[in-house]
Amino acid sequence: MKLAYWMYAGPAHIGTLRVASSFKNVHAIMHAPLGDDYFNVMRSMLERERDFTPVTASIVDRHVLARGSQEKVVDNITRKDKEERPDLIVLTPTCTSSILQEDLQNFVDRASITSNSDVILADVNHYRVNELQAADRTLEQVVRYYLEKARRQGTLDQSITKEPSANIIGIFTLGFHNQHDCRELKRLLQDLNIKVNKVIPEGGSVKDLHDLPKAWFNLVPYREIGLMTAIYLEKNFGMPYISITPMGIVDTAECIRQIEKHVNNLVSNKKFNYEPYIDQQTRFVSQAAWFSRSIDCQNLTGKKAVVFGDATHAASITRILAREMGIRVSCTGTYCKHDAEWFKEQVQGFCDEILITDDHTKVGDMIARIEPSAIFGTQMERHIGKRLDIPCGVISSPVHIQNFPLGYRPFLGYEGTNQIADLVYNSFTLGMEDHLLEIFGGHDTKEVITKSLSTDTDLTWNHESQLELNKIPGFVRGKIKRNTEKFARQNNITNITVEIMYAAKEALSA
Amino acid sequence: MSNKISETLTFECETGNYHTFCPISCVAWLYQKIEDSFFLVVGTKTCGYFLQNALGVMIFAEPRYAMAELEEGDISAQLNDYEELKRLCLQIKKDRNPSVIIWIGTCTTEIIKMDLEGMAPKLENELGIPIVVARANGLDYAFTQGEDTVLAAMAHRCPEQILLIERKKVIQDSNIQNLFSFLSLEKKEETTNKNFEKLKKNPPLVLFGSLPSTVASQLSSELKRQSVQVSGWLPAQRYTDLPSLGDQVYVCGVNPFLSRTATTLMRRRKCKLIGAPFPIGPDGTRAWIEKICSVFGIKTEGLEKREEQIWENLKDYLNLVRGKSVFFMGDNLLEISLARFLIRCGMIVYEIGIPYLDKRYQAAELSFLQNTCKNMSIPMPRIVEKPDNYNQIQRMRELKPDLAITGMAHANPLEARGINTKWSVEFTFAQIHGFTNARDVLELVTRPLRRNNNLENLGWSNLTKKETKNEI
Repeated sequence: MKLAYWMYAGPAHIGTLRVASSFKNVHAIMHAPLGDDYFNVMRSMLERERDFTPVTASIVDRHVLARGSQEKVVDNITRKDKEERPDLIVLTPTCTSSILQEDLQNFVDRASITSNSDVILADVNHYRVNELQAADRTLEQVVRYYLEKARRQGTLDQSITKEPSANIIGIFTLGFHNQHDCRELKRLLQDLNIKVNKVIPEGGSVKDLHDLPKAWFNLVPYREIGLMTAIYLEKNFGMPYISITPMGIVDTAECIRQIEKHVNNLVSNKKFNYEPYIDQQTRFVSQAAWFSRSIDCQNLTGKKAVVFGDATHAASITRILAREMGIRVSCTGTYCKHDAEWFKEQVQGFCDEILITDDHTKVGDMIARIEPSAIFGTQMERHIGKRLDIPCGVISSPVHIQNFPLGYRPFLGYEGTNQIADLVYNSFTLGMEDHLLEIFGGHDTKEVITKSLSTDTDLTWNHESQLELNKIPGFVRGKIKRNTEKFARQNNITNITVEIMYAAKEALSA
Repeated sequence: MSNKISETLTFECETGNYHTFCPISCVAWLYQKIEDSFFLVVGTKTCGYFLQNALGVMIFAEPRYAMAELEEGDISAQLNDYEELKRLCLQIKKDRNPSVIIWIGTCTTEIIKMDLEGMAPKLENELGIPIVVARANGLDYAFTQGEDTVLAAMAHRCPEQILLIERKKVIQDSNIQNLFSFLSLEKKEETTNKNFEKLKKNPPLVLFGSLPSTVASQLSSELKRQSVQVSGWLPAQRYTDLPSLGDQVYVCGVNPFLSRTATTLMRRRKCKLIGAPFPIGPDGTRAWIEKICSVFGIKTEGLEKREEQIWENLKDYLNLVRGKSVFFMGDNLLEISLARFLIRCGMIVYEIGIPYLDKRYQAAELSFLQNTCKNMSIPMPRIVEKPDNYNQIQRMRELKPDLAITGMAHANPLEARGINTKWSVEFTFAQIHGFTNARDVLELVTRPLRRNNNLENLGWSNLTKKETKNEI
């Protein structure tokens, strides 16, 4: 047992649901007790989804506990098959169902006989993998299922497209700035004259998965999801993949060079040269290179920062701060414990120390000890920063609704470098300003000599009403006080009691 | 001239495939209500993830709750539950020093049959802190019923009333005997004059249901106006202030989802339950007060006028809602009371979805609903227990209600299809009880309607791409 208040990565089934609901026309059925469909709320609220989240629960209740699910799961699958006609139904186990140890595969087998949809059981162990690992695994499972099906049916066309093309693997729902990143990646590929073959899972159709091998290579922008799929495709179809995250100027260039290499491997007549593009983008399109030379960025030299997040974002941001902006990264860390080796290798030489943990109190303690000028982390680090009065830029999930901006905010590609530069710079200047204010005692140093706006009057608040007033949250207390006094004055009451307060509320309809 | 068909309420029961919050969410408001408590949710990552996301910013405010996150070793019984819980509770005692630790049992503890009730007394002795066990799991309960399980468990911890009565008897023997006339039957005669009546004390009355302290004191003072003294609340602001219970004590619920608590109070603590409609809306509040007063043989004073006054103050909102239709998808058990209030406001209710309906505990509320429908000449709404959200959405597509009161999972998709929604969760967290807060309920209900008035004529109420087969 572990005493825990907060976690960075969610439970496994969330990962599976994120992948399933990212595909078009795929329905997930959770084998779960009432209330476990909280995923629908998150998707509907955070992503501001217009459509009903294609996730339902086959409810595990007392009866199921006593007699087993029996027909229930199968019925729910066939029912959903009739109602929504999805291409694929993913039966998703939860922590509850994994202890029940029912033979879910058996339900899937039975249901797939009668239903028109394909039915699979998400193959994830709740107690061994987290949200991100489960997402990676589920995506691979779905891709494998459809490619093997196509192979069996002899419909698998393994020829590649005439023009260079790429799959983008790993864009999915509730991902940190994923939608914007996807658009930026498409733009980048378009600039390089590379067609986008498929984007999965977001917006992809499982019916088109058999077209995946048509691409010349796979691009896996995030470390956490898509790698398993890319490796599977490499092994079985000889498709090369690029897993360098194009975040920051140096890594974006590196990613493009890799693309060049793979593309040139497959063409015989002409060779592509992307170097002029990289140069042009780096020096003039992206403002980040210029920014790091500018006098603004000079002021950031040697400032201490702390970075924490998922492996992809924490590693990339660490390298951007250290390599491209000359900021000293005192500590960098990730909660992706399963990927610790890779992470350590990535940030080697770019930071003073490395912290691998999924315990937010350890991260908090580290930040308190180091006292950096700015933090780049998740929402949790933002709150730690608030408590310690250190500014924080959010660079990774877990996130809040404000991290699903409506405006265009990619982290990847050349526009991404601009966004990151803004984020970094704004975090630090705010910190500086704060600091200066503290030294010089705030903007408004004149002593307040006027009395408060609600003039002192003959009104007295008795002890109880005073207590009652103090119970009211601070931000409305003033208003309640004014309204009550107004009411009291109108009614020629001088002694304000609790009853008067309530009466005022009723009378003034406030 | 009343319509025969609509005179009786119809109850249906669907598949139970609906969206609601897990009952462990009750820790969110209960830890704030009971100031010296600490809630330990014994469950998995799934429970933790739900709480962390559902509670939003509260998480960052050092809440007095935590997860005892079960790991593989706990599930397979390689670790000793007792030792593990002891370790965590010692930690909590050291860090927070609460007056009570409340263990919230979850689905997982049910399935692996972890004997929380058995371990609690043992650990309580060792630790010196009371440990209350509530099984608020998604296998058995929905959302607000979580509070019900906690309060039912706490009812066992309330001190026994006998002591108080005995003390009273001592006082009774002294000179102010008259004040306690209710204890001796022969004294209860019509000879008492009006002034004396005012001073007369009612038998101890304990109200149950967790309300923000402001709302609790508003209700108490509402009763005080009718010279009914409230002797205590379950829960109180602090665990150490739990009210005394016993066979002399009358109890009355303030929320419709507290049926287990009511049962426990009656059967185990021998209290007398006052079955009344719930004090939601001015009509409900008046009925609630009247019922309590009638049990104590007190004639209410100025209550009618007071209700009228409140309705008068609601006029602007009533103009907005009159004639509009509502559809309750159902997820928090407040639905019957809210529907009854909204019908009285002049709205038409198509359907009342509700997770679970205790017809005995809600009896007064149900018949009040029936009467309200009759008085307003509005057809009885259908009441759907354990609703099926998918079917409900199909029905909504036909009915096109002006307002759907629904969970957050469906709110945005419905809005995109041109159906106004109000999140039902807000009714659980807003102050909706008593005369004073009637306006707050309508504030919530009218918000989407008022928003529409502002955005009218912009021509983009439907924001979905081409209608597909299964959508509204």
